[in-house]
Amino acid sequence: MAQAQHTDTAEQNEFRAYCREWLENNHPGWPDVPLPQGALELSDPAALEWLQGWQKSAFEAGLIGCDYPSEVGGGGRENCQLIANEEMLAARTPYLPNLIGLGMAAPTVFFHARDSVKQDLLPKLFSGEEIWCQGFSEPGAGSDLANQQTFARRDGDNWVINGHKVWTTLAHFASWMILLCRTDKEDKYNGLSYFVVPIKEALGKGVTVRPLIKLTGETGFNEVLFDDLIVPDEYRLDEVGAGWKVAMTTLSHERGAGPMVTPASGGMSTKEESGVSTGSPASLIALAKTQARGGKTAADDPLLRDEIVKLIIRRQAFRQNERRARVSALTDHPMRIPLQNKLVSSELNQDVAQLAYQIQGAASSLSVADERAPDGGQWQLAYMNSFGITIAAGTNEVQRNILGERVLGLPKSK
Amino acid sequence: MSTKQPDNFGFGEDETMLRDSARKFFTDNCGADKLHALVAGDFNPHRESECNWDRDLWRQVVELGWTAACIPERAAGIGMPRVAAVALAEEAGRVAFPSPLLATFMASFVLEACHTAAADQMLEAIAMGKPVTLAIADIAGSPEEVETDVRVGADGCLSGSVCLVQDARKCDALVVSAGSETGTGLYLVDLGAEGVEIVPDHIIDLTRDQASIRFDGAAAIEVGAPGSAKAVVEAALPAILCVLSADMVGAGEWLLQTTVEYARTRIQFDRPIGFFQAVKHPLVNVMIEIDDARSLTYNAACAADVGADHALRLARMAKSRASDMAVFSASRAVQFHGGIGFTWECYVHLFFKRQMHSQTLLGDGRHHRHLLAEELISSAA
Ligand SMILES: Cc1cc2nc3c(=O)[nH]c(=O)nc-3n(C[C@H](O)[C@H](O)[C@H](O)COP(=O)(O)OP(=O)(O)OC[C@H]3O[C@@H](n4cnc5c(N)ncnc54)[C@H](O)[C@@H]3O)c2cc1C
Repeated sequence: MAQAQHTDTAEQNEFRAYCREWLENNHPGWPDVPLPQGALELSDPAALEWLQGWQKSAFEAGLIGCDYPSEVGGGGRENCQLIANEEMLAARTPYLPNLIGLGMAAPTVFFHARDSVKQDLLPKLFSGEEIWCQGFSEPGAGSDLANQQTFARRDGDNWVINGHKVWTTLAHFASWMILLCRTDKEDKYNGLSYFVVPIKEALGKGVTVRPLIKLTGETGFNEVLFDDLIVPDEYRLDEVGAGWKVAMTTLSHERGAGPMVTPASGGMSTKEESGVSTGSPASLIALAKTQARGGKTAADDPLLRDEIVKLIIRRQAFRQNERRARVSALTDHPMRIPLQNKLVSSELNQDVAQLAYQIQGAASSLSVADERAPDGGQWQLAYMNSFGITIAAGTNEVQRNILGERVLGLPKSK
Repeated sequence: MSTKQPDNFGFGEDETMLRDSARKFFTDNCGADKLHALVAGDFNPHRESECNWDRDLWRQVVELGWTAACIPERAAGIGMPRVAAVALAEEAGRVAFPSPLLATFMASFVLEACHTAAADQMLEAIAMGKPVTLAIADIAGSPEEVETDVRVGADGCLSGSVCLVQDARKCDALVVSAGSETGTGLYLVDLGAEGVEIVPDHIIDLTRDQASIRFDGAAAIEVGAPGSAKAVVEAALPAILCVLSADMVGAGEWLLQTTVEYARTRIQFDRPIGFFQAVKHPLVNVMIEIDDARSLTYNAACAADVGADHALRLARMAKSRASDMAVFSASRAVQFHGGIGFTWECYVHLFFKRQMHSQTLLGDGRHHRHLLAEELISSAA
């Protein structure tokens, strides 16, 4: 995580004022097509196009990619992405569609690609014109990510790729993929290499993308098959055999623990007045007040009240941990809080949505398709989708292994 | 009013230096082996009530200026923010320090909120090292009802009794709430005075002492006028809850690190037991709860320092999370030490008992959540 200052620098102050003013005049409003709760479930091209328009205008205004140098299309600022994120959150803007690109591909390309590739690819990544996806997981390589079987064979200045990726979020819209694969079958870790791969232009010619349907019935992730796909060597990141090291850059950013702050917009899928903010204890309280319980409401039930307050406290603690992580004098181990980020936030969201079931009682049986569902059935959908996050980006069991091993120094489970 | 809190929670150079010097002092002087020798001499569950502590270390603590640190300058103190007391309490918790430090901090927060000449005079004495404790809780340990059974007579003397007074036998004086026709006020009593009887409790925590105190016409100085006690205690309560939470955070960290060390070295099935996820993952959960409690505590103390309206709300959050963490860290430490963890010999029980004592003191997690629910759920739109 970037070390933020104790108080805003002059640059940050000025930038904050600029962001605030820009957002006041340029909030994009909301599209006519419905948006899914998060970008991971984007499947309607019209929704994507609208969101790409929003990302492009925010990028052109300088709110995205702020901390990257201008040579690669960034804003050339220092510690300013955090400021833009805070302002976008406050302005309750819609989420950004290119989340894999911004959160994972951009820092990886930035730290490991050759200059020409960075200059070529990053501007269109930041603007959202080109969507990115992440080809890491395979049928046999999930938590054991290094067990990659997709193979890249060298052929002069090119690589020939064959293999099978799964759970590839946004591959159906993606122009580019960050790809981890094997270049040496003899060495589990040092036999891995890392590429950026133009998949859209190769659809039907070496690349097949097939949608997978999620437990909710939504789509958003895919399987991707490579059949003799030819990729030029310039798209290799770092050395042959250094794929694992490069993947660590991707993963640390994916888990909110990398050096670059991920551009994050307000994260909203609907206007606040018309929608519920699942994950927010305040929305949970509002819901509880509408649910009848023995002449009173669920908000009067002492057991539910205790559970609601527990979640409010955990939410507050999460926020304060994020603040404390930026004060080095108040942290014993620099990665102790950053590595908790995805684990804690995903379980918190899951627990909030789960409590909404108890608050609704039997009405929680109603789906988003039933107009009598409290809050439009969004809580149930959020609960189901919350497992995406407790599983993706390294399952929370794997996160606990990492914390136990890297932070507490316990023996490795491998 | 929303008062802006500094990004470093108010931990400037001075506060950090104070904390680091405290950690060094405790590392040099307060190993768990010494603590065990000091407080755990008698394992008989029916032993006489004890009060074991090292007065010489306390003298050094006073010389280091810890009792003066957070006393306002108007009372000849150093005038540091409450986060400094929180930092010291956390370090003290990390070694389960038997001392009147926590009690004295709490009493001084109440005295500071009195804003009377008599209170300020006692604050000066505290800055010089006088240990003072506090009696504001009812038998359930709740500090919400400042009404105790003590009455102020027409002569200004106290009669009645208070219970659950922390570290009473280590202290020279007591701040106590007492009622009269005109309302509940705050009074200062010399614990060695005529008409004051300390009746020690038999407690499980070996690192503290606790007592009921009976007054029979005991001379008292009024530090807070009748009717003022509730407001004064409420003003002091955020800081009071924070130092107690900080103690639990420190003790939790000792339990975590000690158990991690054991899990790294104890071999079973040809591997260190920390290899097994049934051990590893709960230890990570303990770490997460400690971090939550720690950040909440710093944040609440900082809010109290800048005079934020919602400081008490934040402090209740801290106490709630810290209390639950205290139970969890203590139980996992005993469990993961196996048979040795179940012995008197093993130092873990000293911290286990301190945590179980702290978690109910001044209201357990559920107590504070109940009050938070009144505020947050009943008022939310
Ligand atoms: C919504 C969603 C989006 C995703 N998007 C992408 C994407 O864009 N790109 C991509 O590459 N991947 C993506 N993934 C895949 C994700 O990274 C994997 O699902 C994840 O790493 C787990 O791998 P697996 O599914 O094979 O489960 P497995 O590894 O088979 O795990 C099954 C269970 O076993 C547990 N387990 C496994 N190993 C251990 C261990 N050592 N210790 C303790 N428990 C263990 C796991 O925690 C889990 O509970 C996505 C997944 C989801 C759910």
